[in-house]
Amino acid sequence: MGVTQKLGDMGVVTLRLEDAVNWARTRAMWPMLFGLACCAIEMMSAQASNYDMSRFGMELMRPSPRQSDLMIVAGRVSRKMAPVLRQLYDQMPEPKWVLSMGDCASCGGIFNNYAIVQGVDEIVPVDVYVAGCPPRPEQLIHGILTLHERVKHERITDWA
Amino acid sequence: MNLLRGFATTLKYLFEDKVTVQYPEEERPVRERFKGRHALKRYDNGLEKCIGCALCAAACPADAIWVEAAENTDEERYSPGERYAKTYEINMMRCIFCGYCEDACPTEAIVLEHEYRLTFSDRRDSIYTKEMLIDPPPPGVPGTPQQTEPGRYTRSIPEMKDPL
Repeated sequence: MGVTQKLGDMGVVTLRLEDAVNWARTRAMWPMLFGLACCAIEMMSAQASNYDMSRFGMELMRPSPRQSDLMIVAGRVSRKMAPVLRQLYDQMPEPKWVLSMGDCASCGGIFNNYAIVQGVDEIVPVDVYVAGCPPRPEQLIHGILTLHERVKHERITDWA
Repeated sequence: MNLLRGFATTLKYLFEDKVTVQYPEEERPVRERFKGRHALKRYDNGLEKCIGCALCAAACPADAIWVEAAENTDEERYSPGERYAKTYEINMMRCIFCGYCEDACPTEAIVLEHEYRLTFSDRRDSIYTKEMLIDPPPPGVPGTPQQTEPGRYTRSIPEMKDPL
């Protein structure tokens, strides 16, 4: 967090507004429950007490898109599911991010066929891709930390 | 009374060991046979084990591997035998880390190691090239290409003393 200077003994710390807002956004980024396949098992494991994503302010998975900031697409997206995914993404309030978890969501993975969307970035803008089939919970948390780094570098001019 | 029993359970867990692994600071060691990111191995003399046969690409169920072979010469030798892998690319997003490439490799050149932190902001970053995958040569040994004496490295696959 870009705390720039401390003014003597007055107990005052100054920082830029965008740093403060980005810090707040990274510390309370509620993910949307979007488990589609086996990656969802690892997502649940990352949520459970062994890895405990609530350490990063991800207290609970929201089943409702209206209350979530981050969409974790965990699993393969079939062509039939694609419009649903897009609709849920459109229902999420700004600012919103998408994390594509696992091979299948990122690029189709092993399912290179007509039924599976070859990467969810065909439908929604993806911020971070996590490889692995399925990724370990650590890998998902690493992806979330990568996303946090991205959010911290967002500028006030990009918000508009 | 049941209420107190419930609180007692909570209180008991308060004094037990914490189960949460504080991931970015502290890591849980992976299993011995865990399959993570690939590495291309070298012999002790610095030559690459990969001979560019593309059996790994043939075995790959997700078609994640792309191998392009080229001819070795004694002036510019990358691996023992006739050919070496000029291009070796693995798409980490396609790869499902099944280890079939490891099984298919006749020279044990490709090994799945324990690195699992594979996250990308751009999907083009997910393609790992040969330079990213290959291990550095052992200390004090030159890398590839090497100039070698003619007729020394004629076999692509090392002779095995005691084949199973």
